[in-house]
Amino acid sequence: MNKRVSFIFLLSAFLMIGLLSFKLIKGIEGKSNPEVPNAGLTLPAGFNAAVIAENLGGTRHIAVSPKGDIYIKLDRPRNGKGILVLHENAGKAEVKTSFGDYGGTGIAIKDGYLYASSNKDIYRYKLNAANEVISPDQPETIVTGLLDRRAHNSKSITLDNDGNIYVNVGAYSNICSEFDKDKKGCPILDSAGGIWQFKADKLNQTYANGVRYATGLRNVVGLDWNQQDNQLFVMQHGRDQLHGLFPQYYTDKQSAVLPAECMYALKKGDNAGWPYMYYDHEQHKKMLGPEYGGDGKKEADPKFIDPVAAYPGHLAPDGLLFYTGSQFPAKYKNGAFIAFHGSWNRAPEPQAGYFVVFQPFKNGKPDGQWEVFANGFSGSPENTASGHAVHRPCGLAQGPDGSLYITDDAKGSVYKISYKK
Amino acid sequence: MKFKFSATVFAILMCISLIVNAQTKHKSKSAAKAPVNSSNADASSIMAGKKVFVQYCLSCHQADGAGVQRLNPPLIKTPYVLGDKNKLINIVLKGFSEDVEINGEYYSNTMPAHDFLKDQEIADVLTYVRNSFGNKASAIKLAEVTSARAAIKK
Repeated sequence: MNKRVSFIFLLSAFLMIGLLSFKLIKGIEGKSNPEVPNAGLTLPAGFNAAVIAENLGGTRHIAVSPKGDIYIKLDRPRNGKGILVLHENAGKAEVKTSFGDYGGTGIAIKDGYLYASSNKDIYRYKLNAANEVISPDQPETIVTGLLDRRAHNSKSITLDNDGNIYVNVGAYSNICSEFDKDKKGCPILDSAGGIWQFKADKLNQTYANGVRYATGLRNVVGLDWNQQDNQLFVMQHGRDQLHGLFPQYYTDKQSAVLPAECMYALKKGDNAGWPYMYYDHEQHKKMLGPEYGGDGKKEADPKFIDPVAAYPGHLAPDGLLFYTGSQFPAKYKNGAFIAFHGSWNRAPEPQAGYFVVFQPFKNGKPDGQWEVFANGFSGSPENTASGHAVHRPCGLAQGPDGSLYITDDAKGSVYKISYKK
Repeated sequence: MKFKFSATVFAILMCISLIVNAQTKHKSKSAAKAPVNSSNADASSIMAGKKVFVQYCLSCHQADGAGVQRLNPPLIKTPYVLGDKNKLINIVLKGFSEDVEINGEYYSNTMPAHDFLKDQEIADVLTYVRNSFGNKASAIKLAEVTSARAAIKK
C-alpha cells in the first residue's frame, strides 16, 4: 500500500471514530442512564428508584389498578389520545393501549370504574374483572360544563367511600382583584375557587346538581381521600406576587417564601379564605390579604379554617397520596406523600421545589415535621435555582405491592420507588 | 487504484462533515450570547427598559426570558416578540389570555393589562425584550406606543 494513501486512510478512520463517539455521547443525553443509581434521585436509605417509562408527553395524574396496570392522564392528547395504559414487565412499562380524545389532569380507580377528567368534564369507564377498560370509546359523562378559563383549569378528582366524587375548580385568577375592584366580595367563588362534590354514578351532572363542598381555595391540584379518618385532604397553591403588587409591605425575599402552600382537611361548608387571606407559616397565622386592607401584620378573620400543615411558598403541590401499603417501613403507613412541581414565582430569588415530600401522620392528622423524600428531579442544584428543571414531579400513585409511582409532566417519565429491607 | 480513490472520497466526506459540525457549533455559540447592542436599537432605551422589565415582567417571564413551562410564555425568539410591533405593544396595553401555541407549547396564565405604564416605559421595555435573551430586532419608538394607545381609546 502506498504510504500516503494509508496515512489518509488512517487519519480518516480516526476522525470517523472521534465523530461517532461524539454523536453517541450526544445521543445519550436526554435519555435516562441506567448507570446512574436511583435514576438520579436522592432517597432515604433502603429505597430504590427506577425510570420505568419516559417521553410519554405531559403525564399528569396516575392510577395503578389492583392488577398493576398503570393509567396516566395526559395534559394534552398525543396522537389524539389523552389516557395511556401501561403494562409493566421486567422493570419497564410499555404503553399497551391509549384512548380518550381529551387532555386533562384527573384520573382515579374506584369500585370497578376508571374516572378521568378533562378541564371541563368528568368521565367514567367500566372495568372488567381484570381491571381493564371495557369500552374505551364509550365513556359515561358524569359531570359536564365545569369552568375552564385557562388559568388553574386542572380538574383533579378523588372519591370517598359513599359514592361521591370530589373535583377541584380552580380560581381563574391570582387574587381576584380584576373581578372584585370594589372589594365587595370575590364574585367568581360561586363557580370556582373551591371543591365541588358530585354523585359518582349519576350521568350528565352540572353545577346545579353538585354541592360546593368547600370554598376559598385558590387552586388545588393534589387531593386525596384519607381512609383513616374518612376525610378529604387537599393541597392549595397559594397566591403569587406579594412583593410585585405590594412592595411597600413585602420584600423580594419575603415574597419568595410567602404565603405558605397549605394542606387542608375539609369538611362540608368549609371556607379556606382565598382571596381575603393567606397563611404565614413562619408566624403560624392567618393574615389579612393586602388587597383587603392587610399589611403583612394584620391578621385575618378567624372564621376561615386553619390549614393542618403548611409548606414554603410557591412550591406548587400537584400530587397528594396517602400511603396505605406495607412495603415501606412502618413510619410511612397512613402518612402523606406530596409531589411539589416546583416554583417560578420566587424570582429574582432562587427557585425551589421539584421534589416529593413525606408528611408523617398520626390518627389521620399531620404529626411531626415534613421531610424531603425524593429529590433530584431538576437534574442539578443550578437547574433548581434557575427554574430550568429537567423533570417535574406531578402525579402520585400506589401500586398493589406498595410501590410508589411518580409522574414527571416535563419529560413524560414515570418513576417507580420501592423499598428493600 | 480503486482503493486509493475510495480512501480519497472518504477523506473528503470526513472533511465536509467536520466543517458542517464546526459551523453548527459556531451557530449555537453565537445564539447563546445575547446581542444587546442591536444597530437599530437605542442603547439607552434598552438600559431603561431593563429596569422596567425587572420590576414588572421578571417574576413571570423570568430573568432569562425563558418563561415557565405551560404557565408563562417565553420571550426568546417567538413571533409575538419579534413580529408585528403593534400587536406586541397591544399585548402590554391590553394583557393577554388567548389559548395560543408558541413554538410548540401552550401557556395558561393570564397576563394582566399593563396600561398603567407610561408610553416611554413600554417603548423601553419592549426594546429591551427585543434585544435581549438572544433576540435582535428593531427598537419600539415612543410614537408607536402613543398611537397604539390612542387607537385603543377610539
